[in-house]
Formats: sequence, structure tokens, C-alpha cells
Amino acid sequence: MTASAASSSGLFVPIYEVSTELFISLDGLRMPARRGETVIAVLLRNAAALGRSEFDGRSRAGFCLMGACQDCSLWSEDGGRIRACMTMVEDGMALVTAPPLAET
Amino acid sequence: MSGPSQDAPPVIVGAGPAGLAAAGAFVEAGIHPIVLDESDRPGGQGTRRLTPLLCDKAEPLFGARASRRRQEREAREDHILSLCDYRANTVVWGAFDGGLELLSGGACQDLRYAHLLLATGATDAILPLPGWTLPGVYSLGGAQVALKRHGSFIGRKIVFAGFSPLLYLAAAQYCRLGLREITVLDTTPLRGKLHAAIGMARYAAGTLRQGLSLMAELRRAGVRIRAAAELLAVEGKDHVEAFRFRDAAGREERLDCDAVAIGFGLRPETQLAELAGAAFEFDPVLRHWFPRVSPDGQAGPALWIAGDGARTMGAEGARFAGRLAALSMLQAMGRGEAVKSDEMRRLRRRLEHARRFQLAAAKAFRLPGEMLSRLPGETVLCRCERVTLGEVRAAVPRASGPVEVNRVKAITRCGMGRCQGRYCGVALGEVVAEATGRDLAEVGRLRAQAPIRPIPMSAAMRDAAE
Ligand code: FES
Repeated sequence: MTASAASSSGLFVPIYEVSTELFISLDGLRMPARRGETVIAVLLRNAAALGRSEFDGRSRAGFCLMGACQDCSLWSEDGGRIRACMTMVEDGMALVTAPPLAET
Repeated sequence: MSGPSQDAPPVIVGAGPAGLAAAGAFVEAGIHPIVLDESDRPGGQGTRRLTPLLCDKAEPLFGARASRRRQEREAREDHILSLCDYRANTVVWGAFDGGLELLSGGACQDLRYAHLLLATGATDAILPLPGWTLPGVYSLGGAQVALKRHGSFIGRKIVFAGFSPLLYLAAAQYCRLGLREITVLDTTPLRGKLHAAIGMARYAAGTLRQGLSLMAELRRAGVRIRAAAELLAVEGKDHVEAFRFRDAAGREERLDCDAVAIGFGLRPETQLAELAGAAFEFDPVLRHWFPRVSPDGQAGPALWIAGDGARTMGAEGARFAGRLAALSMLQAMGRGEAVKSDEMRRLRRRLEHARRFQLAAAKAFRLPGEMLSRLPGETVLCRCERVTLGEVRAAVPRASGPVEVNRVKAITRCGMGRCQGRYCGVALGEVVAEATGRDLAEVGRLRAQAPIRPIPMSAAMRDAAE
């Protein structure tokens, strides 16, 4: 298996070789990523959650992984919502776990 | 708004097996359909393409022969799509008299159609469990998508729980890619298994053989399989730490694990069908509401539906259904000369056979609805709005008139969240049926509302203003 030691804090275990070709960030925390990875794969091999439920404050980390539940919703700093499981990484992507504006 | 002319290209929503088979039939007839798909790559869910990051893993995952066949199929599909107006990364978030609402690259667009085929597939039918909202719990289909699209295991020590032919397949795929700490908890009662085996032997002996060989493969790899398990709870503080269940002999067991995949069969994705005007009927065997379609998939004057979104039958059945629907659409478009009636007859026969097989299997894989009645009231039923089972049970006597799920939804907000009831709707129906002592068919189904996917506020406002 090619899981790197650095991924031990996350939920997901990558099956491919991870490498640093670009960076994305979640709530200001920078994470290395490889081209062709999905946002959720990068975030969840580094972290154990994608934010918190606005209803009970408990951690959330996606559920369907195919765009149907919206449990992996994240926001770009300008307020646009993305689904982490349906989005590919791009260099410099800066994401936050709660909507920055009134957008929900 | 006026509709498009009758020779406007047909529109297909969904580039899974049904949508692609339909696109192929149109292309053969010299017609270039518009194909809309939410994903960046075609293939759908069950037959999803492998991420390029795992290109060296196709053989271990599918076997040499099957992975060659996959490659050939994908090349064929790419060729077909190159002859279509194929729009990837396009979300269809609504359907209003004769038009679809699209969102692509942040921009909204209205697409009028004269002939529409919905091939929107299915998602996992889910029943809640205490602790199922913990990070590390995923839908069974999601666990497969984690491998194929996200190139990742959902954890290091995984429990696959529920019932579904996919349960063993998903576990085997993890196993083939090197994960060893796997437990399968199958909730199918043993008697049900026997019924299923008889049904499968009769209608699809190949599927039965595949199932048995999967189980043998898992056993050889040291995977623990527990039959007739009763699922009790997922435990953990901030993420999954353990799974509690009761085995067939009634003994309670607690398994250490860091991830869980749950699924209880498939439910059709029907929101668009409803918005586009389809009528619905309850299938007492499959215990879901399906759009009412003709044998060829027609659901309205301009509407066809094919694949798991019309009737659960898996990828192969979806291909027959998609092709048959396209031929029926060609006839409706006045292109009947391109259609051979003996091919349509053959497709109808195959489809009927696939349907009988599904019904035989479904008799065994019944939703363990009674599992719900034993769950504690604090169990979260609606994960989006965190509505509990107890709140839903308490709301039933408060609803006036004949109780149906949409009233309970209005009182509790269960089903109103961002997943639009996809992951609570099945359980909500069961709970309301149980609390009222009525049949599942009598408590109704959650109504769809546009947008069926969240859209940017700006787009929603523009739409409201129109
Ligand atoms: S995990 Fe369900 S939409 Fe992303």
C-alpha cells in the first residue's frame, strides 16, 4: 500500500502514490495535492472532518461521495458553494468550512 | 414560452448505462442527442470509470478479462459521446413545462426539449442507526465511489453492513486492492437468502454463481462474514470507533473499526421525473415508489425514463431499457423507419426477464423495517437537519387528517434538508407507516421540489423573478 505516514491523521487512505504538485487550503490550512485528485480525497486524507453540522455542531465528513447528499459542502472565499466529492483540485484553491456570506 | 420544434435533438439526462445505450441508438439512427451529466466523466455510478490515478489498479480490481472489456466499452462510449452534444459537469436542477434548468460553470441556462429521456439512476436506500452521522460512515455506493473516483479507502478497518448484492462486491473490491481488515454484516435473514438463491437460479444463474464466488473469495482472504446480523449502533466520539451488532444466535458483539459502509439496496432517483410530470406507483415487492412508465419507458407525451431511475435492475437491465426507450422515442419523432420492430420485441423480453429476476431477489432482500422500531428515539433520522426518530414518532399524532409523510415533513423538517430526503425518505416512510399502523403505500412519498440540487443564490433569485 502506498499510504504515506503523513496521512495517518485522516479518515481516507489513498491507494495511489501521493505527491506534491500543488496546494489547496481548508480554513487557511495548506495541504499538498496531486493533479487529478478530488478535493474530498485530499482533505480527508489529511483531516478527519470537513466542518461541522450547522444544526448540532458535530463533525461532518460527507456521506454519499457521489454528489447526492451535500454533506461535503464547502465554500470558496468568495461565497460559492462546492461539493468536495464532485470537485477536482486546482492549485491555490482556498476553501472554508462555513458559508462566508448569507449563502447557505 | 414556445416549445422547440419537433425535430429538435432529443435530450438525455444521465450518462450512465441507460443514458449511454440510448445515446448509442440515436447515433446509429443518425441523430445527435444532447447528453447532460453531472459528473466530469461518463459512466454513471455502478459502472463508474476508474480515476486515472489508479490506472495500474484496473487489472487487480476487475480481473484481466473484465478490465479489457471495460476498456473496450469505454472507448465505444467515448466514440458515441463524440457524436453527441455531450455536456459534462452539468447539473440539471429543475424541470418546468417542457424545459430543463441547467447549471454549468456557475451559470444557469434554460433548455427546451421536445423529447426527454431521464436516466438518472439510483442511490443507496439507507436506514439510520445510532451514530450513523459520525465521520467515517458512508453509503455503500459511496464506499465504491471512494475507490473508483477518489482513489481511496474510506478507512483502515471497515465494516460493510446492510443487505445488497453490492455488499459483497464492495468488500471484495477493497480486498483486491490490499485492505485486509474487513467485516461484512449481512442483515438478510437466512430464509430470505434461500428464496433469493432459488429466484436467482431460475432467472440469472450467472449472477448466483458470481455471488457465491465473491463470498468464497472473501472467505479465502480472511474477511469475516456474519449472516442474519442485527445492526445496533455505530460508536465513537468524533469519528467511527466501533460497530455493535447482534449475530444470528442473538449474541451481541462490538467490533473495533474506523469506517462503516451501509446500504439496504437501491432507491430510484426520481425528483426530475416528478418535476417533468411523471405519475408514480408503489411497488409492494421492491417497497419503493417508481415513476409509471410504459413497457418501452414512456412516462408522458414528451417524457421517457430508463434504468434504475425507472425500475431497479442493474447496469445490464439499464442498457436494454435505455436502448428500448431511445427506439420508442425515434418512433415518436417520426423516425420509425430507423427502428426494427423485432429488436424492440427482443429488448422488451429481456427487460421483462431482468424485472422478474429483480422481483425474485427483492423478496429476499427486504428492508429490515422492524429494525427501525427497535432503535432508540434519539437516533438521528434526517442527517441534514438532525431530526430524530423520536421527534418523527411524536409528530405523527399531531398531524391532522390522514397522516402522510409530507405532513410529518412539514411538522418536523425531516426530509426538508439539502439532500432532499434522499437519505431519510425510505426510513421516514417506514416509521410513519409503523406509527400509524398503515401500509407503506398509504403514507405517500416525499414530494420533489426544485432546485433538486442546491444552486447559487443569484441563480435562484433570477429564477424567482421570472
Ligand atoms: S458526500 Fe454527498 S454530496 Fe459529497
